[in-house]
Amino acid sequence: MEWETVIGLEVHVQLSTRSKLFSGTSTAFGAAPNSQANIYDLAMPGTLPVLNGEALRMAVRFGLAIGAEISRKSVFDRKNYFYPDLPKGYQTSQLEFPTVGRGSIVIHLDDGSEKEIGVTRAHMEEDAGKSLHEEFATDSGIDLNRAGTPLLEIVSEPDLRSAGEAVAYLKKLHSIVRYLDISDGDMSQGSMRCDANVSIRRPGAELGARTEIKNVNSFRFVEKAIHYEVRRQQDVLEDGGTIVQETRLYDSVRDETRPMRGKEVANDYRYFPEPDLLPVVIDEELIEQVRAELPELPDARRQRLREKFGLSDYDAGVLTASREVADYFEQTASACGDAKLAANWVSVELRGLLNRENLSIADSPISATCLAGLICRIKDGTISGKIAKTVFEHLADGEASVDEIIEKEGLRQVTDTREIENLVAQVIAENAPQAQQYRDGRQQVLGYLVGQAMKLSRGKANPAQVNQLLRDKLQP
Amino acid sequence: MLHLSVTELAAELSRGAFSSVELTRACLDRIRQRNPRLNAFITVCEESALAEAAGADRARARGDTRPLLGIPLAHKDIFCTRGLPTTCGSRMLRHFLPPYDAGVVEKLREAGAVLLGKTNMDEFAMGSSNETSFFGPVCNPHDPDKVPGGSSGGSAAAVAGGLCPMATGTDTGGSIRQPASFCGITGFKPSYGRVSRWGMIAFASSLDQAGTLTRTAADAALMMQAMAGLDPRDSTSVDRPVEDYAGEAGVSLRGLRVGVPLPHFTEGLSAGVEQGVRAALGELEKAGAELIDIDLPNNYLSVPAYYVVAPAEASANLSRYDGVRYGYRCEEPKDLEDLYTRTRSEGFGEEVKRRILVGTYALSAGYYDAYYVKAQRIRRLIRRDFARAFAKVDVIAGPTSPHVAFAHGAKADPVEMYLEDIFTIAVNLAGLPAISVPAGHDRGLPFGLHIIGPDFSEARVLGVAHQFQQLTDWHLQLPRDTHLSPTSPGHPPFRTPEDTHHSRNAREGAS
Repeated sequence: MEWETVIGLEVHVQLSTRSKLFSGTSTAFGAAPNSQANIYDLAMPGTLPVLNGEALRMAVRFGLAIGAEISRKSVFDRKNYFYPDLPKGYQTSQLEFPTVGRGSIVIHLDDGSEKEIGVTRAHMEEDAGKSLHEEFATDSGIDLNRAGTPLLEIVSEPDLRSAGEAVAYLKKLHSIVRYLDISDGDMSQGSMRCDANVSIRRPGAELGARTEIKNVNSFRFVEKAIHYEVRRQQDVLEDGGTIVQETRLYDSVRDETRPMRGKEVANDYRYFPEPDLLPVVIDEELIEQVRAELPELPDARRQRLREKFGLSDYDAGVLTASREVADYFEQTASACGDAKLAANWVSVELRGLLNRENLSIADSPISATCLAGLICRIKDGTISGKIAKTVFEHLADGEASVDEIIEKEGLRQVTDTREIENLVAQVIAENAPQAQQYRDGRQQVLGYLVGQAMKLSRGKANPAQVNQLLRDKLQP
Repeated sequence: MLHLSVTELAAELSRGAFSSVELTRACLDRIRQRNPRLNAFITVCEESALAEAAGADRARARGDTRPLLGIPLAHKDIFCTRGLPTTCGSRMLRHFLPPYDAGVVEKLREAGAVLLGKTNMDEFAMGSSNETSFFGPVCNPHDPDKVPGGSSGGSAAAVAGGLCPMATGTDTGGSIRQPASFCGITGFKPSYGRVSRWGMIAFASSLDQAGTLTRTAADAALMMQAMAGLDPRDSTSVDRPVEDYAGEAGVSLRGLRVGVPLPHFTEGLSAGVEQGVRAALGELEKAGAELIDIDLPNNYLSVPAYYVVAPAEASANLSRYDGVRYGYRCEEPKDLEDLYTRTRSEGFGEEVKRRILVGTYALSAGYYDAYYVKAQRIRRLIRRDFARAFAKVDVIAGPTSPHVAFAHGAKADPVEMYLEDIFTIAVNLAGLPAISVPAGHDRGLPFGLHIIGPDFSEARVLGVAHQFQQLTDWHLQLPRDTHLSPTSPGHPPFRTPEDTHHSRNAREGAS
């Protein structure tokens, strides 16, 4: 009998504010340990929190972007537990009254269909510091640079039905926070962290007992961890066992999930409202201000590119997953006036180049204007599409401009009729048997002859002209 | 000069009767002489005090006329002072040197006051007798066998004993007003949010408020003028204009509607105090005030509600004292668990531990609604009681404490001690301003009249208190020095900042 997988994700997104959630300390990544911790971050006696207004605006931005309710009044709470990297002995978070309420995110599935995933809530909280166990022989080090960095914890409904859907949701979330410019979403640096709640059930049955897989730090690992966990739960249930509700850690080396030690999870956090902060009141004015600043979001842009440039939904999806790529594409398309060619060049050649060189589009050696120039030369017949790829490689190496490369390498397409006539004559002479076959009615031999002519011209001859002249010359 | 009020001292300094250095030196001599018996100061900073006084004298010579310029001051040891030990009366912070000043400390420094030192207090402000301090109990200058009240007992004893003319305190459930009552001085707690809590070590964040201990209400007004105001570093500090507190001292008692809360005159109030407080109310009436009986129907719930809310907040506020970054750390911890357990077991005293346990329990899963949520509901009811009363009266007046100062060790049962604050606690739960002014003596010991005003009526409360002090002279009756002859020769009179600097590397466990 079939099993149905039920997944809900809790995603921590690190907000890209300049300073921490409750103190003025810098949040820049990679500074020397404890160089970015002020007296509040160190939880010195008598120090008090002051909410970072920028972080609040970012949370509202996210809420508006996913069509969520924005709480007019939200409340911070203290979540109490002892750990050396938690200086105050409590984490300031939001339990009962989060800033962002119910909203939704649309994901696009491989079969081309769309699915709406509910977002239960998104709340603001401060990050903890880091415990460093490797650097010291017998002691543990504490680095409080990260302590107090603002996080937005985005909790989904259990609407996801496969590891693939979970990854699509996560990628969409990644795309949204980047479009909104509220986080770099970099999973490898912990700017985006994911906990997955996984259960299985017989279709139509009540929800099964779930396990929570903690801190999975890449899209690929999320997929693998869920796959593993689903298989594990199936095995347990099919062997007549029961699923224990527990927290598990994903081990990417062994590709398995393992239960965390009981002690690490059996916590009573004794939440209560943070008395050092007043409830956060968000008025219409702030909401409207933030709404007015909202950029175009991935779904809207996808649709616009489809309509404006006549792109396929697939192409539009690929091009809009990242705002930077979409910007690049639009710039290229407008400059060269051919969206289809631009879409192909951006999503195939350019993407290939960037992947190969491990570059982000911001660091692309070929600018959008430059790529548009190249496409123009294809369109005006100066070079063929094939030659354009050669020019592209030269451009990737940082060489000069499109026109200079064409001139220097002598890549200009031959369109001079006399020159092509000579070429055709030479081909007919050197391939007499094939020419005869064509004259005898074997039409398909023409392709071979065109190929020979192109080869002879080192790709520079205009293929359409070659084709036409060959037909004319071999006319019986 | 040590018997003069701040107002009088300011006048004398400005007419050049003596200098701030002379005044400061007189205070320091007095501290040296009396502190061994009173134990009011934990740390005295002679050198920097004299330097500050000299600076104040130079400023005055240049024409500076700020009212607090050159007036000696003591801070309760709960206010962080940059580079000066700030212990909060606890072994946990015995050697803690803050790298920052509290907002209150900054403001009084900017006003030109001269810092003499830091005063003793109940550990983390948890106590009503000043017996929970790691640095030993404070004695009441009126009778050293008696407690000075708490938790700001060191500040109250220092002002009453003539060791300094003014001191800061904090009041979470009565910690300024009750010691003021026991020591026969004026203790003022402003509305919650009026004075910055930045740099003031937290006990119960939603109740804690800084205030003043002085001889007179006019002195309190001078201090408040310097201390009050918005501090953007404290999100609960209030953005509203600071009134002219000294100017409002001219307020008239004629036609003033004074609410007399029935619940404050029932059970537990000693006969002597009741008689005295009724006589004090009579003085107000004679001056033209109208006495109106009022009920505060939920007042009886204030102590239980307080002993849920305050410990709950304290249990979280004190979690930071874990031996990891600063403060006391146990010797050679075996592992993390051991570090936490022994550091906190050894670093905190009994009362602090009791309240952390109570607060932790009240917030635990399954008990939260029954305790914390219910206590918050009571808090709203108490606020509503006051709001209804203030629709009919301008101020509320009654006893500050049910009785006069008691003997050291007399209240061993914690719950009995908690009932000390039965008249003061509701004011903190409601966040109101209130003052205790000396109103009489019972068996030779002082007690106070408690005057409560509506939200942010600091000027009115101080004005009424000032008018009362124009009619009475209880605030001028200083303790006789015969009680205070120094004892135990050879015992250092107090700690100096250097003591802490030198002993910082000493092993803690041996103490």
